[in-house]
Amino acid sequence: MNGIIGGIVAIVGAGFLLLAGIGMIRMPDVYNRMQAGTKATTLGTILFILGIGIAEPGWLPKALLIIGFVVMTNPISSHVLARAAHIVKIALARQSVRDDLAESTEVHS
Amino acid sequence: MAEILFLIAGAIATVAGLLMLIRLFIGPTLADRITALDSMTIVAVSFIAFLAYALGRFIYLDVALVYALISFVGVIVLARYIERRL
Repeated sequence: MNGIIGGIVAIVGAGFLLLAGIGMIRMPDVYNRMQAGTKATTLGTILFILGIGIAEPGWLPKALLIIGFVVMTNPISSHVLARAAHIVKIALARQSVRDDLAESTEVHS
Repeated sequence: MAEILFLIAGAIATVAGLLMLIRLFIGPTLADRITALDSMTIVAVSFIAFLAYALGRFIYLDVALVYALISFVGVIVLARYIERRL
């Protein structure tokens, strides 16, 4: 019973990982791809590893450790990467409406 | 039953990793490729945890933890590199 519940949770998490992959192909520019690739993979990894922790209850502490680490580090790496892409002036997609970071740096400098 | 469910989950995660690999090949800028690489490492952490379950080895979860740590540092270093500040 534990194994079946854990398996269903893991399949939901893997579905989020698949959505991240599709978004990575279909989104128009770097920043949109980064958003799809970071948010969806974070939630997908949480659910996937939580499913494994549910299926094997003895493994739950280490699974929670991995989850905590991914939740702490994944937004940081995405943020640093987005800021680096903006600093080297990679263009936004044609559909984008506003660029708050460019406006705020203009005010400061 | 549980093994079949986890096998399906691992297969879906593999397809997701392959889609990100396509973006890694065709990405027009360097930042695209590094974004795809970052997402692929997170998918790989999930897949290593899946392998730990499928092979029944608790020690492989340590491999997933250390891989998450190393890939985080690697992405930070690559971001500094495309800022030309390394």
